[in-house]
This record gives sequence, structure tokens and C-alpha cells, in this order.
Amino acid sequence: MTGPFDSTPKDHLVSALVRDEPRVLTRISSLFGRRGYNIRSLSVGSTEHPGLSRMTFVVTGDRGVVEQAMRQLEKLHDVVKIIDHSLEKFVDRELVLVKVAITPESRVEVRQIAEDFRARIVDVGRHALTFEVTGDEGKITAFIEQMRPFGIIETMRTGRVALTRGSNADIPSHVYHEGETEALRPVVESAEPREEKARGVPNLF
Amino acid sequence: MTQQDMTGAKALWATLAAHGINTVFGYPGGAIMPVYDALTFYPEVRHILGRHEQGAIHAAEGWAKATGEIGVCIATSGPGATNLVTGLADAMLDSVPILAITGNVARHLMGTDAFQEADITGITLPITKHNYVVRDVEELPRVIAEAIRIARSGRPGPVLVDIPKDVQLAAYHGEIAAPHARPEIPAPKPEAIEKARELLRSARKPVIMVGGGSLDAAAEITALAHAWDIPVITTLMGLGSFPASDPLWLGMPGMHGSVAANRAISEADVLLGIGLRFDDRVTGRVNGFAPNASIIHVDLDAAEIGKIVRTHVPVRGEARVAAQMLAEGAQKLDLPEWREKIAEWKTRTQDPDHWGAGYAVKAVVDRLRPDDILSSDVGQHQMLAAQLARFERPRRWINSGGLGTMGFGFPAAIGAGMAEPGVRSIVIAGDGGFQMTAQELATLKKYDIRNVKICIINNSFLGMVRQWQELFHERRYSEVYLGDSNPDFLKLADAYGVPAYRADRAEELPEAIDAWLNDPKSSLLEIVVPNEHGVFPMVPAGASLSEMIETEPPRPTPGIEKNAAAEEAKNA
Repeated sequence: MTGPFDSTPKDHLVSALVRDEPRVLTRISSLFGRRGYNIRSLSVGSTEHPGLSRMTFVVTGDRGVVEQAMRQLEKLHDVVKIIDHSLEKFVDRELVLVKVAITPESRVEVRQIAEDFRARIVDVGRHALTFEVTGDEGKITAFIEQMRPFGIIETMRTGRVALTRGSNADIPSHVYHEGETEALRPVVESAEPREEKARGVPNLF
Repeated sequence: MTQQDMTGAKALWATLAAHGINTVFGYPGGAIMPVYDALTFYPEVRHILGRHEQGAIHAAEGWAKATGEIGVCIATSGPGATNLVTGLADAMLDSVPILAITGNVARHLMGTDAFQEADITGITLPITKHNYVVRDVEELPRVIAEAIRIARSGRPGPVLVDIPKDVQLAAYHGEIAAPHARPEIPAPKPEAIEKARELLRSARKPVIMVGGGSLDAAAEITALAHAWDIPVITTLMGLGSFPASDPLWLGMPGMHGSVAANRAISEADVLLGIGLRFDDRVTGRVNGFAPNASIIHVDLDAAEIGKIVRTHVPVRGEARVAAQMLAEGAQKLDLPEWREKIAEWKTRTQDPDHWGAGYAVKAVVDRLRPDDILSSDVGQHQMLAAQLARFERPRRWINSGGLGTMGFGFPAAIGAGMAEPGVRSIVIAGDGGFQMTAQELATLKKYDIRNVKICIINNSFLGMVRQWQELFHERRYSEVYLGDSNPDFLKLADAYGVPAYRADRAEELPEAIDAWLNDPKSSLLEIVVPNEHGVFPMVPAGASLSEMIETEPPRPTPGIEKNAAAEEAKNA
């Protein structure tokens, strides 16, 4: 099966606007843990609205699993809005700190590769250089792979952060307002008009 | 009261009173003492002292389930708070609006493992709809008002508010928060309703299935079923959402469901589910559930739609509104073959005709008046009551459906009985479950509650566990025999000043039931039944509904009496 209802597990990028109150993170991680949803990465930060934080998750699972996770999430009182980035155009970035072992022989080559990746050196030692790289997941993974032969001492990745493209900050929460659902597969495939199917939103809720 | 007299504790009671809350259940302790002290200034709120916090919260649940209004319970910190956990989990699974208020140690002690400190908000995180710690007294009334709104709105559930002792004592200067209006729930989308109607119009073997989310939509669901002329199944939680006397009623589905309900689901081509969550005790093996049906699922909780069964038409909205919309433009379906099949299945019920638990339960539920509230504990007697009682209206059947909480029935009957002192609040319990909260007999005495009628079906066993051991564990009756150590229930009741009656044989039953029901006080009836009764029909765990065992299979020898006798001999 291909298309929007692919049932093979893959990564889904989801943002949640949440109230900035004690225990919100525990409440959310407890919900994910109890129901067995695997969070691959999670980033949290404050937003332009006082009292609101933004979380970006990468959840692994098939479409149905991820959708169920999002609906459970949106039921929480602390969760104001959920955005499934697969339904919109978005930009995403990740930041990583990589500490690479160097020798007098490898130093120049390591610096050259870092330059190619536009990585910044944030710490210089006799036996190690620490780089800061931002970019999408692919770039960061590629950078780490390039550095691996020299000896990676440690890395710290922030996890992905994402925003929808354009000025449409008011896109509705996808869970309650737009009912694309795995459960709808037979109906969607047989009966939905083409444009709706392309976006995968029968909009019945 | 002058402003400077107002403390957090008084602001709590004032806020509850402003919300029309006139009865709370609870149990005091060190960290909630300021709240109990402030209670003496608010005679408009009645506090019911249970004998265990679990009893108090189940009573609050009984209150909430009978009335549809919020049930409130109060406990102290630490052990008091943790004793609420079972009730909170129960209320969460059955969507019962509960406000639980707990004391906690003073703010400067929180996190230090102080005396009677427990992180109750952490503990109850997954079993509450929401919870709070009030760290600032000026927030207290606002938080209480918000907690009540969250508990009652949308899909109801339990909300816990934890209040440190120093916050209860702190001076409060603000206003008392007024009740929030209930938020409007968006109506179901007309497109979704139209799709559902299309499906119903094309149906040859339709069936409607309603659950606990339909309790306040009984009239609309009855009208809907008649408008389309479609038979109705009510789940364990939905019993009473459709009158049992209506010829369209097929009974309860699932593990101990009726033949008619389970066969109809297995053959249906369209299944309209309203306000239910397709619990595994209802569906049996999921991929064998309604295998031929297109499923329309109406629920106001979007997370329930598509969670368990594949939904062809999702309808998000209130049961009441959706049922009303679906009834508009209905046309009576002319389906003689379907009707004939159903009529045949409906004949396949057997009233228990020989002396045993089923016979006893039938004798009791036959005496129910339409207004009577029937609570049950958990086990065989619960399933027998659900199979045999005939509910004509909703909120007359109170049981622990989702969590299956032993010890629930009796305190819940007290709560329901206090909510409606004019009606009889009858509870059917087993000898096992009753003993889990039997100390609440004291509550009957303390408040001179006169309308609670306790019936203990005593088969000397944890009957449901024994039935499973019989079926799935080659009759190894591991730790389920209670007969050697049960108390004399009549003496136990007498110790609390509750009149009690007993029947040992079928012939004694009518007279004993009369005496028990006619007693002007709350009273107890122990019915001692032979211990080998099983509950059938039954769908074995992991089987699909079509694999239902309709009647009790012949019992191999040696019988249970022998086992019990052997056990007694061993223990002697």
C-alpha cells in the first residue's frame, strides 16, 4: 500500500502548542509511554505567546497509530493545538553538537569537511574539535557520517523543530477539525473526490 | 463573613456552594484539617463521612452515575489520597464526572518526603482527565471552577485538585468563582450525518448499538430506532438507554451478551454505534466483530473513533444531537427476513429455572420498580443482573463497567441512594466484593439512610474467577474458595445495626425478599446459593462473538462441592 495511508511504520513530524504549566511534559510523555507510542525525538521551547510552549515530536508508527496518538494528545487539557506537518508544507531544523577526535594529520581535513557543511567550531582542544551544525535531519546525519572515520567522541542532537511555511499561522488543529482517518480507508479510496483524496481529508468530523 | 476571615479552605467551600454542590463524600486527616474546620461554617454543604476513602469516592461515583451531576469527594494527603486511586481509575474508564479534592503537606515540605506526603498528582496523572496542585491561594476558586467544568464537559471524567495545607490556611482576598457555562459541543457535520443516512437506507441487516455515552439521549435514540425500525442493542454501560420492554430491544452484547445481540452483530451489514467505545468485553476478537458490517460510529471523543474497530462513517458529536439528526428524513426499513431471524434469536433465552445464583438474581430483579436504582458489584452476580434485569429508563443501573472494581457496588448504592432518597437503591453484591467495602455499613447507620437494600449472593466463591478456572485452567480452583472464612453476614449487619435476612433455599426466597424490601430501614439480604453456577451465554476470551457458547456445558465430575469439601478438609 502506498500513498497517505501507507501502513509501514515511519517517522511523523508533529507540533503541539501546549500550556506552559508544571507537569505538562510528564503528562504528555506518560500518555505516550502508557499507550506504547514511540517518541523518537522531542523538542520543547517557549513561543511568542506568554504561557504557551511549543513541542515538536517525531513519532514512529503507521498512519493509524500516529493519528490515534495525536487524538489522545489533543484531549489533554494542556494541549491547545496539534499540527501534523505531513498535511502542510513546513520547514524543519535540528541542531547537533559533535565532538570529533583529531590528530595533527587529520586536523586540516576535518576542518575542511566542516566548512563544506557550514559547521561552526564552538570549542577547540588539542585532541578534539566540537562543531555546531544546523540543518535538516539528512544533513546532520551526513555530517556525522563524514566525521565518523576520524572518531566521534560524543554527540548531542536537539531533535527536530518545525514550523509551517507561509503566513498561515492560524491553520486549525488537525485532529478534531479535519478528520483524515486511517479508519476511513475503504470509503476514501472508493468514494472521495480526487482533490480531497490528494490532501487526504474527508473532513467528516 | 468579612474579607479578612476568608481563607483558602473557606474559599473552597464557598466555591463548591456557588456551584450548587450540596453533598460531598470524604474522610478527614492531618493535611486536610483546615478544609474540615472551614466546613463548620458552611451548613449548606452536607458532608458524608465514609469509613474508607475508597468507599467515599465510590459513593461519589454512585451519586454521579444516578444523577448525571458531578460527584465530589475529599481526602487527606498521602494514604488518604492514594486510597482514592481505584475510584479515580474507575471514574476515568466509565467517564464519570468526579471532583476529588486532596490535602497535601505545606508547600515548603513538598518534595521532601514529609509525613503523609505522596505525589498524588503524579500518581493520578494517567487516571484523571486533568489534575492540579494549587500553589497560590488566590488561584484556588478559579482552579476549582475550572476543575468542575473539565470534569463535566465533553466526555466527563475525574479531576483531582491537590491543595497544600498552608494554601488552605492562607488568607484569600479575591472573589468566589462563578460556575462556567458548559462549552457548546459542535453539532455533527451534516455531510457525516448524510453519509450515515445513506448507509442506513441501503441496509438489509441493520442494528443500532448504544453505550454509556447515550444515557442522556434515551428519548432521542428510542425515536431514532422507531423512525427507521431498527433493532437496538445496549451495552453493559448503556443499559436503560433504550427501554427493555420495547420489542426492538435485543439485550446486551459481548462476553455475556444475549444470543440475539451477539448474532445480530455477527450478521449485521450496517452497525450504528452511538456513545460507546468498543471495549474488548463487547467486541470479543476484534477482527471477528461485525465482520460484514459497515460501521457508523457516533462519539464526542474523536480519539474513540477508529481506535478499536474500523469506522466507515465517523460522526463526531453528542449522542443526543446526532440521534436527532439521524432520525430526520428516516424511512421505515422493510426487512421481513432480518426481522424473522431476530425473532428466532430472541427466543433463545432461558430464564434460570433451577436454584442457583441466576435464580436468586432473577427473583430480586423481578421485584424492581421502574424508578428503583440497581447497583451491582463485580463478578457473576453483575453479569446475571445485567442479563436478567429489565431497565426502562437510563441512570437506574450502576456498575463498574470499564475497571471492573470489586467493592464498588455497595458504596455506589449509598451515593445513589443519598442522591435520590425517595427511591430504593438496591445493590446486588457477591460474598467476595461486599467484604472489600463492607465497613460502609457504618455510613448507613450514621446518616440513618433508609433506602439502601443490600443483597449478597453468597456462593462461597469468587465465582467469576472460579468459572474461568473451570473453563480455562482445568478446574484448578486456586485461591477462590471463601466459604471457610466468610463472616456470618447477618451478625456483621447486626453489629452495625442494619437489619438482615437470609434465604438458603428457593422456597424461602419470596418471603425473605418481602421481609427485606418491606423493612423500613436499609437492610441486608443474604441469599446462600449452591456454588457451581456459571454465567452463560459466554464468549470465551479471545474468541469472536459468533463463537458464543449459548448454554452451560455439562459439568464434569467430580463437582465443585467435592472440591470445596476437599479444601475444607485440607484446612481443617
